[in-house]
Amino acid sequence: MTNKTAVVGIGQTKFRSKRRDVNIPEMIYEAVKMALDDAQLEPKDIDAIIIGNMDHFEGINFSELWTGIDAAPGYLKPVVKVATGGTTGSSLAICGYHNIASGIYDKVLVVGWEKLNEGGATTGIITAFDPVWERPSLAGALGPLALMAGMYSAKYGITSEQAAKVTVKNRSNAANNPYAHLQMPDITIDYVMSSQVISYPLRLHDCCPQSEGACALIYANEKEAKKITDTPAWFHAVETAHYYTFGTDDKMYDLPTATIASKKAYKRAGIKNPIKDLDVAEIYEPTSWSELSWTEALGFCKPGEGGKLLDEGITQMSGELPVNPSGGVLSTNPIGATALVRVAEAAIQIMDRGGKRQVPDVEKALAMGFGGSLWTEVMILGNEPLR
Amino acid sequence: MTDEIEKKVYRGRIKVPYKHTAGAYVEKFITEIGKNNKIFGVKCPKCGEISVPPKMICFKCFEKMEEWVELGNQGTITGFTVVTHSTPVMPLEPPFAYARIKLDGADTDFVHIINEGDPAKLEIGAKVEAVFKEKPRKRILDIEYFKLI
Repeated sequence: MTNKTAVVGIGQTKFRSKRRDVNIPEMIYEAVKMALDDAQLEPKDIDAIIIGNMDHFEGINFSELWTGIDAAPGYLKPVVKVATGGTTGSSLAICGYHNIASGIYDKVLVVGWEKLNEGGATTGIITAFDPVWERPSLAGALGPLALMAGMYSAKYGITSEQAAKVTVKNRSNAANNPYAHLQMPDITIDYVMSSQVISYPLRLHDCCPQSEGACALIYANEKEAKKITDTPAWFHAVETAHYYTFGTDDKMYDLPTATIASKKAYKRAGIKNPIKDLDVAEIYEPTSWSELSWTEALGFCKPGEGGKLLDEGITQMSGELPVNPSGGVLSTNPIGATALVRVAEAAIQIMDRGGKRQVPDVEKALAMGFGGSLWTEVMILGNEPLR
Repeated sequence: MTDEIEKKVYRGRIKVPYKHTAGAYVEKFITEIGKNNKIFGVKCPKCGEISVPPKMICFKCFEKMEEWVELGNQGTITGFTVVTHSTPVMPLEPPFAYARIKLDGADTDFVHIINEGDPAKLEIGAKVEAVFKEKPRKRILDIEYFKLI
């Protein structure tokens, strides 16, 4: 029997391409302070801290020493660092869940951050690839994602226009999210389509930006959560799925890890028809093409129907299952925080605090993390504890 | 195949030009040492401790520190080692000392270098004074070194 676990406090910075005004701990502190104030908690109330980013991106190992104590109240407390690539934020979210659900702690602080313009994201990502077989040819962020887009398009006849439509949807959603990095209320399909091809078939605006910022969440068990807020966002399921060793072991379309993880999560959370049973989804789409493919892999539609799902308006803000009301990863990508922002947004939607981007009457939300090694983490959150 | 297969090693080389943002506290400290040859710390509003190097949060109290305190340019050695080997990245020609220094009025120690390479002349508890670079370059070595007084 696991303890019920909820998100009870949320903080995030305004994400930007560069934060030259603050160093790393100063930047993270903004999100941590906001989460503590949001939950009306003092540093002493926090039992443990889980913090994460990717060391290579800023060239700082042992970043938990810099950040878990100066930027988060970790002095004399357990501080653990998590770094799993693109999934860092969702791995953080899941580790936080385990810390509460297991009964070890009552309240934990979960922090993800990245300051991507201090180093080189692609350089960091390359180190995740096999030095002999993959680094000379396929390594990095863009190459594999472009290959996936091309294979997906060839398999199902998805068009560049359909992909461009995802960017238009997400970046116009971002215009309603004061924390999003790229807010483009007037973006058009032509604007996306006329941007430079950077790795065929990916155009510049098919790709996520590099962002700087941090996200902090406070989790509590059932007893504590009710003291803190009237609207906790409860975890119903957390799942992780791994698949391959070399990139080419994966099909590179249909993202099998998303299918495996989501099926398990749906079963655990009692979700039979994701389109009907979920009210909102925050997914980790590093490119416009990946959102179309991931919506299929997550079971929102059949394989090959991601473009149709979008064309029918189902994933729009007014649709049956809005996808990425926050603007998604195409609008904001501070890697170590990116997947945690998905969880934050799922919680915001459940707490009915989304302002202009609020989806009406959210009872169940999905949050997804995706990483460079093509693995997926899926979480389902709800407005009531799962009984 | 009877020939022994060569056991090859793949050499990797990754070059990353990192840009570490200084932040307002580092900026103020570096500006003061370079422009005015003054060393500043920050005071915690809760415990009252003065930190050098300055930083935004008192990690013991988790309080934001905003009161800047001028400290004077002298302090006391609390630990040292003498560098005798030369490498291309040395701040001074060896021999010289790396030391922890408690600046007068500060509650934390500060890491810097001392232009003395004779262990017999250095001791914990000895007084030192900052010597500033004539042409500052906006870095911590704008305090060129500390000298024994």
